[in-house]
Amino acid sequence: MYLTREEEKIMEGEIGENYAKMLKILVKIGEIYNADRLIPISSAQISGVSYNTIGDAGLHFLKSLKGVKVKVRSTLNPLAFDKRYLKELDVDRTLLEKQMEIINAYKDMGIITTATCTPYYYDNVPDLGEHIAWAESSAVIYANSIIGARTNREGAVTALASAIIGKTPNYGLHLDENRRATHLIELDFEPKGEDFPLLGLLIGKKVQGIPYLRISGDYDDFKLMGAAMAASGSIAMYHVENFTPEYRNAMGDYVEKISIEKDEINELKRNVDVELVAIGCPHVSPSELRKIAEFVNGKKKRKNVELWVFAARSVWEKYNDLVSIIEKFGGKVMVDTCVVVSNAGKIFKKIGTTSGKAAFYLSKEKFGGADVVVEDMYTLLRSVVE
Amino acid sequence: MILKGRAIVDGFAEGEVVKFDKPIVILGDVNEREGKILGREIKDKIVVFPYGAGSTVGSYTIYGLRYYNNAPKAFVLEKAETIVAAGAIIAEIPTVDGIDISKIENGMHIVLKNDQIEIP
Repeated sequence: MYLTREEEKIMEGEIGENYAKMLKILVKIGEIYNADRLIPISSAQISGVSYNTIGDAGLHFLKSLKGVKVKVRSTLNPLAFDKRYLKELDVDRTLLEKQMEIINAYKDMGIITTATCTPYYYDNVPDLGEHIAWAESSAVIYANSIIGARTNREGAVTALASAIIGKTPNYGLHLDENRRATHLIELDFEPKGEDFPLLGLLIGKKVQGIPYLRISGDYDDFKLMGAAMAASGSIAMYHVENFTPEYRNAMGDYVEKISIEKDEINELKRNVDVELVAIGCPHVSPSELRKIAEFVNGKKKRKNVELWVFAARSVWEKYNDLVSIIEKFGGKVMVDTCVVVSNAGKIFKKIGTTSGKAAFYLSKEKFGGADVVVEDMYTLLRSVVE
Repeated sequence: MILKGRAIVDGFAEGEVVKFDKPIVILGDVNEREGKILGREIKDKIVVFPYGAGSTVGSYTIYGLRYYNNAPKAFVLEKAETIVAAGAIIAEIPTVDGIDISKIENGMHIVLKNDQIEIP
């Protein structure tokens, strides 16, 4: 791999051992994937934020980077709680203190501590064709597919290393030739509502590559579909005909055809008498927040069902009028955290969500093993109102 | 027999092989506090597996093996990917990939020298 003189100097430790270590990680990853060189990035999204997932070891590593600063705009993934709801989220003193130490370590590096999986709404917004290094899988697939920015599925450590060096190895989805479709998805139905996240879960299991779809939906439908694909599989990009910015040149001669029937989707549908309706995995868009507020406005909440909405702090601030309506109804709008990385899955045993991704994780033992049903937003909201 | 691969983290290691035939889901299969992978002891062993999978946070789990004093002597892989490679670098665990692991059996005593494996 070609290194500039400046990069060689960093490798030799000229600006410090920690910078040398971070660059070494990028160079090794570059060698593994046959990158020719490092390329500048315009932003980073960093995972490995919740104390529930990285633990004391992760915290120890982050503290070892003391004095190191990031070079590009960098934002964080959600953490274990919203500080206003410590009791509701069953946060003990250790979790609170350790989580704040993690956040402070990131803050000292110059990272913006907005903690969201949807930085692309306001906090960290890339343009078409921009090279970035993002680690949150649902944000990676959104950035590549819907925005047309370019990122591989970075790890928590490689995204951090990229943020600190301001570069990423030039391979994979940074290159035109690797952004074309590998699979054509053929459906015998028009997806609606919860079909989008359920379809995403199925595609994630069937496809390793870049699927191409001929369906119609809106940004929120595709956000939920993509997040589910990235959770149940390793997909980092898809194309939707007449919708995503790069679909025109996406089809090559050798795409594999995959058929999915309505029956397969229907098999994933189930009925659960839910205790919690969780919306916002990935965090809600302004339009999702508006739909929720308009639906619950003036209605009465059922006593034995909670409504928790998860949003980026920036969306919560900008649309405080909508938040007030939801709170007046008796729902909660939480920021900085989500249904997966908080203790929500351990508190509630029956959860309804719009998210295939949340269902994928929450049903696992490690996250509480709850009974989870995926339904469209309005079906879920109807189960919360009297 | 000598198997040649590519060094991800240079180093020398000699020890007993603990082999896994399937990919390891790092965040989930690895218990860094007890030094076990899927219930098997890996502390001070040479861990052989095809490749890592799962959450992007997994690199910190590998770092955790070092942090809790439970690190293996080395990793031998068919194919390195982002999670294991970055984890092995920050945990300073000698790691080689590009190895035909079908040639290595569980319980064998092997020697790793940077990019090559010696099977006595």
